[in-house]
Amino acid sequence: MEAFDILLQASFWVAAIRIASPLIFATMGELICERAGVLNLGIEGIMAAGAFAGWVTVYAGGNLWTGVIIAALVGAMFGLLHGTLTVPFGLSQHVVGIGITLLATSLTYFTYRITLPEVTSPPKIAPFQPLPIPLLSEIPVVGAALFNQTPLTYLAFVTVAVVAWVLYRTPLGMAVRAAGENPAAVEAQGIGVTSIRMGAVMVGSALMAIGGAFLTMSAFNSFFFEMINGRGWICIALVVFGSWRPGKALLGAILFAAFDAYQVRLQQLTGGVVPYQIFLMMPYALSILALIAMSRRASYPKALMVPYQKGER
Amino acid sequence: MSGFNRDMPSPEESFENAPVVLRLSGVTKRFGSLTANDAISFSVRRGEIVALLGENGAGKTTLMNILFGHYVADEGTVEAFGKELPAGDPRAALNAGIGMVHQHFTLAENMSVLENIVLGTESMWLIRFDHRAARTRIGKLANDFGLAVDPDKRVAALSVGERQRVEILKALYRDARVLILDEPTAVLTPNETEALFRTLKILVAEGLSIIFISHKLNEVMAVSDRVLVLRGGRLVGESVTSRTTRAELAQLMVGREIPPPSVAPATVGGPILTFNEVSTARTGTGTPLDKVSFSLNAGEITGLAGVSGNGQAALAALLSGIERPMSGSITIGGKPVANWSPQAALSSGIGRIPEDRHAIGTIVDMSVTENAISERYRTRFSRHGFLDWSAARSFAEEIIRDYDVKCPSPETRIRLLSGGNMQKLILGRALDSDPSIILANQPTRGLDVGAVSYVHQRLLQARERGAAILLISEDLDEILALADRIVVISKGRLSAPSARGERSVREIGELMAGHQDAALELAGAGNAA
Repeated sequence: MEAFDILLQASFWVAAIRIASPLIFATMGELICERAGVLNLGIEGIMAAGAFAGWVTVYAGGNLWTGVIIAALVGAMFGLLHGTLTVPFGLSQHVVGIGITLLATSLTYFTYRITLPEVTSPPKIAPFQPLPIPLLSEIPVVGAALFNQTPLTYLAFVTVAVVAWVLYRTPLGMAVRAAGENPAAVEAQGIGVTSIRMGAVMVGSALMAIGGAFLTMSAFNSFFFEMINGRGWICIALVVFGSWRPGKALLGAILFAAFDAYQVRLQQLTGGVVPYQIFLMMPYALSILALIAMSRRASYPKALMVPYQKGER
Repeated sequence: MSGFNRDMPSPEESFENAPVVLRLSGVTKRFGSLTANDAISFSVRRGEIVALLGENGAGKTTLMNILFGHYVADEGTVEAFGKELPAGDPRAALNAGIGMVHQHFTLAENMSVLENIVLGTESMWLIRFDHRAARTRIGKLANDFGLAVDPDKRVAALSVGERQRVEILKALYRDARVLILDEPTAVLTPNETEALFRTLKILVAEGLSIIFISHKLNEVMAVSDRVLVLRGGRLVGESVTSRTTRAELAQLMVGREIPPPSVAPATVGGPILTFNEVSTARTGTGTPLDKVSFSLNAGEITGLAGVSGNGQAALAALLSGIERPMSGSITIGGKPVANWSPQAALSSGIGRIPEDRHAIGTIVDMSVTENAISERYRTRFSRHGFLDWSAARSFAEEIIRDYDVKCPSPETRIRLLSGGNMQKLILGRALDSDPSIILANQPTRGLDVGAVSYVHQRLLQARERGAAILLISEDLDEILALADRIVVISKGRLSAPSARGERSVREIGELMAGHQDAALELAGAGNAA
């Protein structure tokens, strides 16, 4: 019964939404890239770069929002590199993506070491503080979970709405979806496939970086090595889980985060009888099951991972 | 088609004074050492249908892709309405009023008809767009030009004919004044083709101009006002349609006279292979077979007509041994087959000519020799578990000689062979062992006329020696020319067979479109086996 009670605690849901926030940003970023036809495996490294860029801006005396913008710009730069190699040059998206992840991660660690050669324990910054929304935050459980979060969490939810709106309600979004489905259709309508895909990869990468920045600026308050810890790879799975739809992907992110928050609490409950690694594994095992159940029927963008070369025979 | 009503004044009178809307001057395009278009010049006038006739590989599609800005020409210019178009810019071509319906449709299947049509017509930076106005306009266009299609349907759910209508609507929505149609009838049933031709006639009556690309003489004669003939990248002839003949055009197109395949009456033996209520499982996107019963008889070519994607692939996969029946049974030589597999198909005496030379028929990065032995490398060309290269090589040389495969050496990678030579190698591999059953799936698709006639001769020879042949083709003319007996496939079901000449093209077209008449079906159930 205690195991069930966890689900009714406001603190559990607060944690779940907090854990979900960086995943939401990065999942939306990956979703935009893939909708345009580019698999961005640079996500893990770009998140690390974003985490560091945001943190170091604030550490150096910058404003928190400036940190977010710097993180986004750094992400967009890695997106530019990824896009240049995969879109006009048409290189393998797998190889480039892994390369970007290795490059961005190593470059980040290197820069961290150069910037702070002497520290042993990671220095802290003053992070984003929770910003209760008047009235709404008074609602029991839901209010605390959704309306007593930091501004970055609100931004994550706004991002989902904006991505969904742009993809389904605007000419630009139609061009992005068409570029991932049949780039020849985009070309035939007089739109440049290259610019659409480059733009999508850059914007997507910027969102991934903001997802990383959330970790240093709204969760852990400091930067340390290995802090992304596979979150990027989870987001790639979440995109598939969400069948490339923003709303379903959001749901997936929250679900995964809830598993994660739940397992931590379950660990405390069992008091060391069950090895804690089992619990750590749980969200991942459940995501695999969910993926199997949800995505066997998913229709993926048909031109995903297919480079488009104009005038090719 | 040939029955189409041409109630127009004689074309030379009506178009002489019409303004020129499009002019190509000296357009040349090279791909490596191949000159796909060689100094081509012509013009199109307002209100006329110009047919661009030529074989596969004559350079028709390349030319149109230059016109539309997909390719950049090495030399020459394109002028629309008196203004030169910048090279390699589809947007400029669109804005100049040129619309193109590609052979392979350029539609995004995950989006609605409406979204596909308005894509690229609105500013990218709008935060929303006016669905209602777009819907009204599409409805009006569809109504005016006989292009009925539901704007809210997803393209993935549309038939091929509907998709083509969407492509035409896309061009009209952008106020195209010149419409280029690249092999528009290749995917249509005869009846859909007629509907398309009606639409084209309405369009030119409204003052549009149309360039109709085709390699089908009948259609060119039926629909065009003027014909341009392309051969080997060159413009070799131009004529007002009413002043030329099929034979004249055919000769121009091919460069020499081609005798029609002379088909002697068949001496039909008994059934060699019989399908009894065979159904296949639904795999991927293909249409599965639904209780198919038929038999292939010795010394007879059975032609399978049908619109692409109606179960031909499933039938071919089944006969090649790639798929197994889900229910029903297959009998070969009177014995029911068990443990059906590609190896079982081969050892039952089935010679296989697959549909896609590049993807299934060959392994393009391996040599001619390796491909020649690929069906029997573990049996005939192995000794004590090692490949017998000398036997393999002499076999390859034998095929190269007997089947006239032009290649530098047996070590040449298949990728470097032309389509015709690749097909001859496959033909040799399949026919060398004198199979009693031959599956010929689109055996001449994309080949030039010489190679087509070679393939046809070989199939007829195999028939003479008593092989049972299943000829699957989307080219109805090919089936009409070769098959002794015709069955039509539609939605995974077969019509009753009909002897040569028994059904009219129109009736076959009806069957292809899936209009099974109940009486016919009943009769079929009785005769099929």
